[in-house]
Amino acid sequence: MTTAGAAYLHRHPRLRLAGVLGAPLTWLVVVYLGSLSALLLTSLWTQDSFTAEVVRIWTLDNFRAVLTEPLYHEVLLRTVSVAVAVTLIDLALALPIAFYMAKVARPRVAKLLVVACLMPLWASYLIKAYAWRLLVIKDGVFEHTFGGSPGLGLVAVVMTLAYLWLPFMILPVYAGLERVPDSHLEASEDLGGRPWRTFRSVVWPAILPSVIAGSIFTFSLSLGDYISVNIVGGTSQMLGNLIYAQQTLDLPIAAATATLSVVVMAIYMLLVRRTGALDRL
Amino acid sequence: MRWSQTWSQRSSRTTTIAAVAVAVAATALSGCAGSGSSGGDAPGTQGFTPPDVPMQKTVGKGEGEVSILAWPGYAEDGSTDKAVDWVTPFEKQTGCKATVKYFNTSDEAVNLMKGGQYDVVSASGDATLRLIASGDVAPVNTDLVPSYADVAPFLKDQQFNSVKGQMYGIPHGWGANLLMYRKQDVATAPTSWSAVFDDASKYKGKVTAYDSPIYIADAALYLMKHQPDLKIKDPYALDAKQLDAAVKLLKEQKANLSEYWSDYTKQVSAFKSGSSVIGTSWQFIANLTNDETPVGAVLPKEGSTGWSDTWMIAAKSAHPNCAYKWMDYIVSPKVNAQVAEYFGEAPANLKACEETSDKTYCDGYHASDAAYAAQLHYWTTPIKQCLDGRDVTCTDYAEWTKKWLEIKG
Repeated sequence: MTTAGAAYLHRHPRLRLAGVLGAPLTWLVVVYLGSLSALLLTSLWTQDSFTAEVVRIWTLDNFRAVLTEPLYHEVLLRTVSVAVAVTLIDLALALPIAFYMAKVARPRVAKLLVVACLMPLWASYLIKAYAWRLLVIKDGVFEHTFGGSPGLGLVAVVMTLAYLWLPFMILPVYAGLERVPDSHLEASEDLGGRPWRTFRSVVWPAILPSVIAGSIFTFSLSLGDYISVNIVGGTSQMLGNLIYAQQTLDLPIAAATATLSVVVMAIYMLLVRRTGALDRL
Repeated sequence: MRWSQTWSQRSSRTTTIAAVAVAVAATALSGCAGSGSSGGDAPGTQGFTPPDVPMQKTVGKGEGEVSILAWPGYAEDGSTDKAVDWVTPFEKQTGCKATVKYFNTSDEAVNLMKGGQYDVVSASGDATLRLIASGDVAPVNTDLVPSYADVAPFLKDQQFNSVKGQMYGIPHGWGANLLMYRKQDVATAPTSWSAVFDDASKYKGKVTAYDSPIYIADAALYLMKHQPDLKIKDPYALDAKQLDAAVKLLKEQKANLSEYWSDYTKQVSAFKSGSSVIGTSWQFIANLTNDETPVGAVLPKEGSTGWSDTWMIAAKSAHPNCAYKWMDYIVSPKVNAQVAEYFGEAPANLKACEETSDKTYCDGYHASDAAYAAQLHYWTTPIKQCLDGRDVTCTDYAEWTKKWLEIKG
């Protein structure tokens, strides 16, 4: 029976393909694209001003509000700036650490360092965010140790997010550096390349795809974050907080706001694609 | 070249898939469009007719479980404080296993009730009418709730918990939002809300405010007493000019805030650590903070906004019998007294006053004092028809929501 079944499948490659891809594809279409299109649909509706029920009347008012009102411009600009800052800080921190792990440390030490990088991921996100709250608040750890602290606010948000997403930058960069043969570095040195020149002309082009992979993590995770902003952000709000506040108050406009981050991510991916880095990933 | 070719092939295929997905989602959603109409006119107009939701006739045997949506502190099961537990006795008494979910703002409660998985909700006055109008809650047969007989008369058949003489819930308790301050940092007890508005710069960076559009009413109440030329009569009935004045006040306040709170645990930890030293709060939060950090909570001279809460039953409740048992239990004298004392509010059940551990408790909270209760400005949903009876257009909650997001920037 089973052999007959197998033989039948063998003769019908399309059926075989459908069997393998069916489930994941259904999931992708229904759950992923389905929810995205539901989001888009909701953003084109309006709501009853009293009961907050979504009313299915077609309108572009939500998008008009999101595109024209200064509130959204400010919040979007703030959010993208935070995401860019977090990405740059993580990159600056990850490069030396990853380089040390891949090229300098002995294999045993390198393995230990990889574990050390992964360790923070074992602790809950919330615990780490609340730990940062205790670090930056008035009369907190920073103030007592360094005599000063940024306090609750955007600076604290950038610091917290940079800390939270650092492993997501270190790991791809480390993997990229591992793949750069030592002989390339030696060759560059033999040809008279100083460290900076070697980094710029040999290492950087080779690890750029990994850096971009890492930046997609740090950028997109920062773009959508609202919990740590809530915990360490003081009164400032980012796109995620705006959507979070709106989803209980006005779902259609929350949906319209949420498309903003989808658009920003799409633009980011298109820019990444233009660099050609994705080909070599 | 290679990449761009595969990309364009791929993208044409994804477009097809996406188009199909949109079409599928559209048909699925439009299929239920007919049932989702929100019935009735907006309340405040003559003849507000809520959607027709049947009322329970009898209370039978319990279904074995009940799902409760409550304000923090209203349905304690011993997990916050071992000594504070009235959910477990309820479970033993009725055989209804209770699951409790806390919400932080009325908007959250209204939103969660749309999901339909909760049987009962403790709704404040700014949520009740919205829940009734959208058909998410059912009228309550008060004959099936013996405890209802002892509820203070001034809480029965009110504009926020009934429609045309039909009760939509069982009153639970009422109280005022208080001005809480950290004794270590605020030497003399404040007597006015100016401590968080006009004089907030004194505590720059250490003031807190409640994170909900309804907080605009607190600013309006302050202006009502301090800027009489604005002629605010009811902090929930603001015309455009009055709303703008309140918004301006809140924007000025923001410069002095450490943060906004809606999660009570965040408020407790902020006061314990000293990152906040003064701001609007609840007695219950002050009690939770007081075990480590001395704080005071006062009712300032301007009076205050406040709440009058009602237990309501979901229209689509899967456990209506247990829900009725809960509503009767939670408002029964002994339990109502426990909750009121724990949360710091006046109990709705007048007989609860004999059950409080502190016998003068009810006097302190003016539990039977209808005149005092009338002074508080209970949370209610602002609508276009001015609630103070003026013949102009007032700003509705949608507008407050927009302004609130703008204030937060």
